[in-house]
Amino acid sequence: MTGRPGERKTMSFTEEQIGRYDRQILLPDMGREGQERIRNGRVLCVGAGGLGSPVAYYLVAAGVGVLGLMEMDVVDISNLQRQLLHYTDDIGRPKVESAAEKLQALNPEVRLETYATRLTSENALEIIGRYDVVVDACDNFPTRYLVNDACVFLRKPLVHGSVLRFEGQVTTFVPGEGPCYRCVYPTPPAPGEIPSCQEAGVLGAVPGLVGSLQAVEALKLVAGAGESLVGRLVVYDALEMSFRDFVLRRDPDCAVCGDNPTIRELIDYEQFCSVAH
Amino acid sequence: MEESGVEIEQETAVDRELNLKGEVCPYTFVRSKLAMEEMEAGQVLRVVLDHLPAVSNVPKSLSLEGEEVLRVEQLNGTDWEVVVRKR
Repeated sequence: MTGRPGERKTMSFTEEQIGRYDRQILLPDMGREGQERIRNGRVLCVGAGGLGSPVAYYLVAAGVGVLGLMEMDVVDISNLQRQLLHYTDDIGRPKVESAAEKLQALNPEVRLETYATRLTSENALEIIGRYDVVVDACDNFPTRYLVNDACVFLRKPLVHGSVLRFEGQVTTFVPGEGPCYRCVYPTPPAPGEIPSCQEAGVLGAVPGLVGSLQAVEALKLVAGAGESLVGRLVVYDALEMSFRDFVLRRDPDCAVCGDNPTIRELIDYEQFCSVAH
Repeated sequence: MEESGVEIEQETAVDRELNLKGEVCPYTFVRSKLAMEEMEAGQVLRVVLDHLPAVSNVPKSLSLEGEEVLRVEQLNGTDWEVVVRKR
């Protein structure tokens, strides 16, 4: 998956690493090779909140080589209901700092690259370009579209997740293999469509589950294991406890990944609701 | 005598006041919703806000809860009031 010639490390692990990752090394579809790929993997997680917490935790626990973590927010008391990277004593602290402390304690071997900044059209290509796989764990449309478009331009696999109240979605976009986010949702909601406050409601374990699914998908991509979710949208309904599978197809008329793309530059959409901040 | 046609605005009796200045979404709605839940049908809540998105979101979200928004008005340079009757 990472496949950069000349940068491949040897397949030797220390005793401590074997001890730490033995449960993964034991897995038939992983093994030493899979673990080596994970160790060489560079993954960017955009968002260190409800989705980003399980994503970051599981990627770090699995021993990903480098985890990039982007989040400009400060910890707020209302985050603690679902953002497991952050504790009560972290209130008021930049989330990337709070996150880095827990993640590094969990696994000191993982190199953390934190970005206490917002993704914009100015920095997206440069930052995303440093990683092999990107996980969209953000909570707002401007960032979501930026991440998607940049991943299309740079041909980076993108694991997408989102939650609305009791429902969650997860899928994987791999440029050239299936749709991108815009094939499914061509444009962000119009500025006039003010969402209701009720839409901000969420039960913590729901993004916990969706983020965990994203972590699994990202690790599969890095390790080269199993089948990815390309072309499939998995929808979880927590209240009725159901998982549904939808087929997603690339749209040949997609503005960014279609046969005749009209979007050739990144767009900074306006953030119109303060709920997602 | 002809009526002048000028409407005299009735002062709505407010049963409860909620000062949410300094608070942001969605806390502004959650507090308003909780306040309304403690009130009787027909009673009126007046919420004071200074967070502009909340001035749009709170009335809309309370309407979705089935409450009757009577008035949304700017009070001064920073503050707004939202007056709602519980159905």
